[in-house]
Amino acid sequence: MTVKGEKKKKTIKTIKIDVDKCNGCRACEMICSAFHAAPKYSSNNPARSRIRVIREPLKDVYVPVYAGEYTQAECAGRDKYTIDGKEYDECAFCRASCPSRSEFKEPDSGLPLKCDMCEGEEEPLCVKWCSVDALSYEEREEEVEEAVEQEQLETGLESLANKYGLQQIMDTVARMSQKD
Amino acid sequence: MRYAETGFNLEVDLTRGNIERIATDPRDTELYLGGLGTNAKILWDRVPPETEPFSPDNLLIFGTGLLCGTPATGCNRTIVSTISPQTRLMAYSMMGGFFAPELKYAGYDKVILRGKSPSLVYLWINNDKVELRDASHLQGKGAVETAELIRQELKEPKAQVAAIGLAGENRVYFASIEQGRSSASRGGIGAVMGDKGLKAIVVRGTKDVNIARPDEFMGLCKEVLEYIKFRNENPVPGVMPILAGLGSPQEMKVHDEKWHTENFMWGNSRTRRKDFWNEEVAAEWMKTMDSMRKRLISCYNCPMTCGATIQPPGFPTYMMKCFSKLTYTMAAYSDLEFGLGIAQSATEYGVDGFSTPQVMAFALELYENGILTDKDFPGMPSDNNGRFYWLLDRIVRREGIGNVLANGTYWAAQEIGNGAEAYAHNNIKKHEQLPLKLSMLNPIYFLMYCTGEKINITQIEGQFPQAPFPTREEREEFVKDWFQVPDEKFKQIFLDWELRGDKSLPFYPTVQMCCDIVDWQERMHYIDDALGMCAGLSSFPLKPPYHMHNYPKFISSGAGIDMNEEKLTQATKRYRTLVRAINISRGMRRKDEKPPEDHWKKRFPELEEKLLDDYYKLKGWNDQGIPTKESLHELGLDYVGKDFLERGILTDSEDAPFKEAATEKEKK
Repeated sequence: MTVKGEKKKKTIKTIKIDVDKCNGCRACEMICSAFHAAPKYSSNNPARSRIRVIREPLKDVYVPVYAGEYTQAECAGRDKYTIDGKEYDECAFCRASCPSRSEFKEPDSGLPLKCDMCEGEEEPLCVKWCSVDALSYEEREEEVEEAVEQEQLETGLESLANKYGLQQIMDTVARMSQKD
Repeated sequence: MRYAETGFNLEVDLTRGNIERIATDPRDTELYLGGLGTNAKILWDRVPPETEPFSPDNLLIFGTGLLCGTPATGCNRTIVSTISPQTRLMAYSMMGGFFAPELKYAGYDKVILRGKSPSLVYLWINNDKVELRDASHLQGKGAVETAELIRQELKEPKAQVAAIGLAGENRVYFASIEQGRSSASRGGIGAVMGDKGLKAIVVRGTKDVNIARPDEFMGLCKEVLEYIKFRNENPVPGVMPILAGLGSPQEMKVHDEKWHTENFMWGNSRTRRKDFWNEEVAAEWMKTMDSMRKRLISCYNCPMTCGATIQPPGFPTYMMKCFSKLTYTMAAYSDLEFGLGIAQSATEYGVDGFSTPQVMAFALELYENGILTDKDFPGMPSDNNGRFYWLLDRIVRREGIGNVLANGTYWAAQEIGNGAEAYAHNNIKKHEQLPLKLSMLNPIYFLMYCTGEKINITQIEGQFPQAPFPTREEREEFVKDWFQVPDEKFKQIFLDWELRGDKSLPFYPTVQMCCDIVDWQERMHYIDDALGMCAGLSSFPLKPPYHMHNYPKFISSGAGIDMNEEKLTQATKRYRTLVRAINISRGMRRKDEKPPEDHWKKRFPELEEKLLDDYYKLKGWNDQGIPTKESLHELGLDYVGKDFLERGILTDSEDAPFKEAATEKEKK
């Protein structure tokens, strides 16, 4: 059974990253940390930035990456990508604040950082400060179906019910909700 | 709370392995700002003139500029100060890159090194954790290689490393300190680092740098960024392309090298090749550059892409900036492929890109003229390119003739004798200069060459056009938006300056005007060197984004020090005078203040004397270039005056005769 959801308009904010244009200056890191300081701009510290330039100058690797979701567990194994003859660590493109690396964590508390696209500004400040245009900002409207999530949940539950039996799922849900 | 600066220096005694974090006096920041200013104060206080460059008592100071680590665009200079083994005067070479901001984020304004380590070590600064670590496994390793090895060993890919190569370890008098895409090269400071047994300083910092009045400061930063954009889109018309824009001369971008290759000298600063540049050369050099240049790169927080990653075939990758592109090529009468290749070796060895090629060309000239002979060059290849590689190797290892050449052209000529002195013809104060030989004296440049304490013309010139514009209309156009002038009179001087006639070189600008122009140009460099600003966005190019009118505001809102133009001028004068005082106490006098004799063909001895007389007067120095008691008093430098009196450098009556004889005797 599927529920047809309502179509809704959603603004998708995109930062386009052109790694070939990056000059490695890290102005993006500096201004991000300054903007998110409290009070605003009262200090700066690239180690608090929500954007990081993954740099290996002698290998000509420059990848600006934005902080995404926090993840509890690190990936099993690490892949390597070779692009245009240059070898990149998979992590060079990953946005997660994760146990395998120090990126995207507050240096003193270790709390995860996440890019908020500089809420309230006309465009993210890293984009504004990137004078070589390695970073550019784009907004576009997309139509999304609200029901999608519901549909996914039901698909997931159905497969669990097939595996464990519906009764056991219901018991588990009851037990979990009592705990809360 | 301290703003812009951290308020702490790191004091490292390499002899005993002792490391201390010392709070600094905020009053010193007001008086001497930071960077070069406070470095000079420390050197004056703690390194007396009796101290030899290679004495454990000589200090090696890595000073960040006052505004390094703040959002101010392009403010990333580390000012490295010590006593130079080559000039035996104060050296204060600087490097851009990423070191200074990282040191600030680690919580320090300076690293002050004294003593000598019993074995080769490196200093690892990780925020509050600082340690000296064994570097015996890095002995003989290249400077760039060393940085990579240390990052791997510490598992700290983000650590910034300033390292010496073999040249520094072997105390070559023109050894550099290399730091990724930048280096502090002039004056042989890498040799002092090697003498101290320090292979590298490694720093990682994750702390905050604070701003006193954030809104005001950010407003200024935005203005600067916008003006940079404007200037990039609107190059200054009427001047050659390398003078039209901002940044270091854009050597990594520019393919057209007609101007440099036909106006600068080739070989040992000897030959001008007026018809060198043609389509064939242009095509070949462009092919070389395009095939080796991987990316244009910047220093910390700067949009100007003055550097590049270079990958010469058969060599490891390295990073290059600016004019080293041509120095080896032109010294060897060779091509760009050779120049970019040998510069890779030179970067790993850690040597200065100005002095080194000249020293090698000097050696070959002595060979051609029979002053050095085959027995001085056993096993040297016969081809020209091969000879340069061979010589470079001998020099950095101090083997055979290399051991003599490693002291630079001045000292090498003294040691070789037999007329060799005449071939060390391009020095000021024992230091190799840009290979330029011109026809008619330029009085402004004369003063800058004579009195520039950094002994490098690019480190004092910049704000005033190098030559008059041909037409009045062009000049009027130029002054229209020339708001950087500290005084409107400079516009009039420029407007009236003609190519020919009464108001042309060498008697116009007048002596007084020349003094004022040089004083202004010099002041801007001194401000940059204290704040840590790249000269490429300030004192070096025409119409820069940083100038006398916005600098006080940057200091006030950034560092929280109440500043205005007058106070900033006075502070700059104070530490500029202190730099001179250090050199005066080391015996520098008027007789040392002269450009290479053959720099210009047409000289004007009387005018030159008058220029120096009047400039000294303007600066508050006596006729020997010694700051007078009165001017020292006015600057709050009575402690210098007292010392000069005690040493007999000054006497109680200001008109006292020149005391050079006495100080010379004391030295012996």
